[in-house]
Amino acid sequence: MAEGAQNGSFPVDPLHQFEVQRLVTVNVGGLDLSFTNSALWMVISVAAITGFMMLATSSRSLVPGRLQSISEILYEMIANMVRQNVGTEGRAYFPFIFSLFLFILFGNLLGMVPIGFTFTSHLVVTFFMAIVIFITVTIIGFVRHGAGFLRLFFPEGAPLWTAVILVPIELISYLSRPVSLSLRLFANMMAGHLLMKVFAGFTLLMGLAGVVPLAALVGITAYEFLVAVLQAYIFTILTCVYLNDAINLH
Amino acid sequence: MEIEAARMIGAGLATLGMIGAGVGVGNVWSNYFAAIARNPAAKDEIGANIWIGFAVTEAIAIFSLVVALLVLFG
Repeated sequence: MAEGAQNGSFPVDPLHQFEVQRLVTVNVGGLDLSFTNSALWMVISVAAITGFMMLATSSRSLVPGRLQSISEILYEMIANMVRQNVGTEGRAYFPFIFSLFLFILFGNLLGMVPIGFTFTSHLVVTFFMAIVIFITVTIIGFVRHGAGFLRLFFPEGAPLWTAVILVPIELISYLSRPVSLSLRLFANMMAGHLLMKVFAGFTLLMGLAGVVPLAALVGITAYEFLVAVLQAYIFTILTCVYLNDAINLH
Repeated sequence: MEIEAARMIGAGLATLGMIGAGVGVGNVWSNYFAAIARNPAAKDEIGANIWIGFAVTEAIAIFSLVVALLVLFG
């Protein structure tokens, strides 16, 4: 049944692809600030985004060609998202939202390339992004509304006695936002790549009958491309929703 | 009980959490179909938002998968 395995062990280690390796060891006063493969792929992602956007917008034709169309479609999609979810006041935050979306999108997609490393498949990366967004949005809320920002946790029109139950629930739900935001992206990316590696292992393990897991792997890879784009979109639109909560207080 | 056996059982039990997520994801599209059956003109407007509902619900299934993997390999 399982041909080709020497001692019955699985031919690939599914977790090895997530290992962070130091490329350039940098030690600053005891702090390990090495340039890792994760950092390398973040740099590649930013370089790819910059190169793509610069190339796509270099021909400023009124009727866009294919490459310029892609950048214009991306711009318009995110601009619509910001306008619909945050309103006209959200225009100031559009560059940040656009950069966030493209960073995560290119990060996810570059991880799908066979030799690529998915830097968004590490909880520390996604959690840091989510906590920065959370703290920024909270500060924006307090700057705009002062102490009135706390009205977010007590919906209007609710009877006063429900405040005892409602406010802690709303507070916990608010504090769980960075957790769910980061965990969703991290878990989708890690689970997807883990699944692909496991199916690749099955393909190697089963010899000629490995065509079956290979077919499943093709389907899973197609699904993972969808998930890569979708998760970047979801992260961005939820950021816009949280920003709207802070600016417009529901 | 051996630790390996307990891990296997724990991981299997953790994946039961996906039942709810499966029902939820099915709900998203079943309501979408019912809505466009009643009002075909709303197809594009609702169609843009079902992906958000799908991703947020699927996240719960992924959380359960993460717990299963943590139990199995952690």
